[in-house]
Amino acid sequence: MNQIIDKKRLAEGINLFEIEAPLIARKRKPGQFVIIRIDENGERIPLTIADVNKEKGIITIVVQVVGKTTEHLGTLSPGDSLLDVVGPLGQPTHIEKFGTVVAIGGGVGHAVCFPIAKGMKDAGNYLITIVGARTKGLIILEEETKKFSDEFYITTDDGSYGKKGLVTDQLKELLEGGKKIDLVLAAGPAIMMKFVSLMTKEYGIKTIVSLNSIMVDGTGMCGVCRVEVGGKTKFACVDGPEFDGHEVNYDLLMKRLATYKEEEKLAYDRYMQKIKDKGKEM
Amino acid sequence: MVEKKKKKKKKRPPRQEMPRQDPKERRMNFNEVALGFSEETAVIEASRCIGCPKPECIDGCPVFVDIPEFIKLVQEKKFVEASKKIKETNILPAICGRVCPQETQCEIVCVLSKIDKPVAIGRLERFVADYEAAAGEVEIPPKSEPKGKKVAVVGSGPAGLTVAGELAKMGYEVIIFEALHKPGGVLVYGIPEFRLPKAIVAREVDFVEKLGVELKTNFVVGRTVTVEEFFDQGYGAVFLGLGAGLPWFLNLPGINLVGIYSANEFLTRSNLMKAYLFPEYDTPLRVGKKAVVIGGGNVAMDSVRTALRLGAKETHIIYRRSRKEMPAREEEIENAEAEGVIFDFLVNPVEFLGDKEGRVCGMKLIRMELGEPDESGRRRPVPIEGSEFVYNCDTVVIAIGQGPNPLALSTMKDLKLNKWGYIVADIETCKTSMKGVFAGGDIVTGEATVIEAMGFGWRASIAIDKYFTTGEW
Ligand SMILES: Cc1cc2nc3c(=O)[nH]c(=O)nc-3n(C[C@H](O)[C@H](O)[C@H](O)COP(=O)(O)OP(=O)(O)OC[C@H]3O[C@@H](n4cnc5c(N)ncnc54)[C@H](O)[C@@H]3O)c2cc1C
Ligand code: SF4
Ligand code: FES
Repeated sequence: MNQIIDKKRLAEGINLFEIEAPLIARKRKPGQFVIIRIDENGERIPLTIADVNKEKGIITIVVQVVGKTTEHLGTLSPGDSLLDVVGPLGQPTHIEKFGTVVAIGGGVGHAVCFPIAKGMKDAGNYLITIVGARTKGLIILEEETKKFSDEFYITTDDGSYGKKGLVTDQLKELLEGGKKIDLVLAAGPAIMMKFVSLMTKEYGIKTIVSLNSIMVDGTGMCGVCRVEVGGKTKFACVDGPEFDGHEVNYDLLMKRLATYKEEEKLAYDRYMQKIKDKGKEM
Repeated sequence: MVEKKKKKKKKRPPRQEMPRQDPKERRMNFNEVALGFSEETAVIEASRCIGCPKPECIDGCPVFVDIPEFIKLVQEKKFVEASKKIKETNILPAICGRVCPQETQCEIVCVLSKIDKPVAIGRLERFVADYEAAAGEVEIPPKSEPKGKKVAVVGSGPAGLTVAGELAKMGYEVIIFEALHKPGGVLVYGIPEFRLPKAIVAREVDFVEKLGVELKTNFVVGRTVTVEEFFDQGYGAVFLGLGAGLPWFLNLPGINLVGIYSANEFLTRSNLMKAYLFPEYDTPLRVGKKAVVIGGGNVAMDSVRTALRLGAKETHIIYRRSRKEMPAREEEIENAEAEGVIFDFLVNPVEFLGDKEGRVCGMKLIRMELGEPDESGRRRPVPIEGSEFVYNCDTVVIAIGQGPNPLALSTMKDLKLNKWGYIVADIETCKTSMKGVFAGGDIVTGEATVIEAMGFGWRASIAIDKYFTTGEW
């Protein structure tokens, strides 16, 4: 169970895994996620289901190395198994024909954006996709996304690929170009979602963001994932992960995401040291 | 004969105390606080039971353990047989012996309590269960003829484990579906290691599996499968033992500051995820210097004693009434006091204060006084106007109670819920408004106890068997 069937390197430090999880694959809708645990000592982390193959019973997750658990995950290969995979969790995206939809994915957040964008396209929307990253090497799922997007843009902070600048620069261009946009979707760093939402608010365009809060159970049992939306407390794992971008308190989200910064660093350093020591032994 | 005469003449020994780890030691570790009876103490304690012809104690037990009979076996030093006797109706004796509030169940009705202290039934139960486990392979009762009928049990807390175990004994094919990665419900994620070692929970869950129950973890009913699908897949009945797992927060400014936890999160990190062993285990939990737990129940006591053991320099309980009204078991309050927890009574938070990083750094509290009794019979706390003051702290745990988690329930349109969102079910038969669906434990009563949840599981097993036999709903 939970065996890794395939692994692809998408970019520096970003891997795609295909995992055997037939029950989850059967049920999953775009926007939903799983919680995984690698081994007995492991922590539980949420990961978006980027894609599924229902016939084969496979789910796809995309993981960027940001700490110990994701680093460890990156060392696993096809044939290895994860100890726990549970899902599909969270509310599915509300997908319908809105008209013109702009989907914005920032960094590894594009893996979250990808299935939603695809769902929107399948529902008959005119789909414009903007994928942004710090630099060329961090752009993921480019070809796959291009395939179903009606318009496709890339931005990089350093200008090494696509347009130099931020995703919001590209969005602004579209907005100023006078295009009628019915819905904007954004998934990526909290700060990116914040600025996308500020911009679309000015234009009065409905905006959906996918929040990446810290989670433990993912079933509404602990409350660590709480976020403020429209001044009300919500649990991202069961009420979300998608919310009205104009109502989210992003500053709170960012602060809560930093809760265990020091512990995360400690765990990461300790893990890297262990690997180094092991390397020396061999 | 001679011995018996002697015994009769002898004065009844006093109720035997259970040795505990020294408070100064135990506040630094997660090892079990209570250390258990020795064989000698157990036999002395058992000798206090007079073997009433109409024992009241049995009626005090929701799963009707044959208490006088098992105690008699202890008197005869047949400890393994005593444990087996208990397991005829209670498949989790080592757990119940540790966490049941016997003082309000079997011991309160023990006839001795009228003239003396009651027999220490719980301590004896714990002793024989541990004795049997230590003595080697735990014997599995012979299996009944397979009935060829399947039952799905949702939730692996005490309610689910009990109904599953009892039905398996009768020959049903039972599968438990559990959302978390480990079975046990509150027993694994809520109750701390120092009160209920997880190895003991694992041992008793293992016994349930050996009875023939299949356990599927990482299964969120309502997400991974729905109850309707169970019926499509050939299950003849479904039991819902979902517990009361939805944490309540206080609707106050600053409630979402970093460092404010629900008791569920705090305890889950420590117990289920083993944060007390960080960084050996990956899940962290930070307690800061001054940790404050809001609430006066057992969950609050477990949280504050966990915070203490995790290294908080100062640990407080904030409770809006006085000590007398605290719902926690007296024993747990005493344990907390002995370990150095500070109790602040008649105060209530009105606001949480944060620093510039968004971390909690204090609270605004208001003083309370006790007014007229409310519906619960306890005197209602009333705020004293103008008595607010600021109180520093860097960790806050909210332990003011839990409610029903709507996750699975919201996918069952025909299931009747009461106004608080709990399942409406018959107390005796556990039948719900949906044909073939039974429910019991905290998801019906709200937060209660392990043994009450087990009582539901026990009664449900009988009702489910009857349903299969008669086909009547
Ligand atoms: C911290 C704490 C300390 C306590 N101490 C004591 C004590 O000392 N003595 C005592 O008698 N009682 C104590 N209690 C109360 C006692 O634990 C509960 O009354 C009892 O566990 C309830 O049992 P249950 O089987 O109804 O539910 P639970 O034990 O809550 O188990 C429910 C299970 O169902 C699972 N579940 C929920 N939803 C789903 C779903 N959709 N799909 C699949 N699985 C699902 C949950 O993950 C959980 O494992 C304590 C409670 C807490 C929180
Ligand atoms: S009521 Fe007390 S004395 Fe009587 S049988 Fe039960 S435990 Fe023994
Ligand atoms: S992750 Fe625990 S409630 Fe959302």
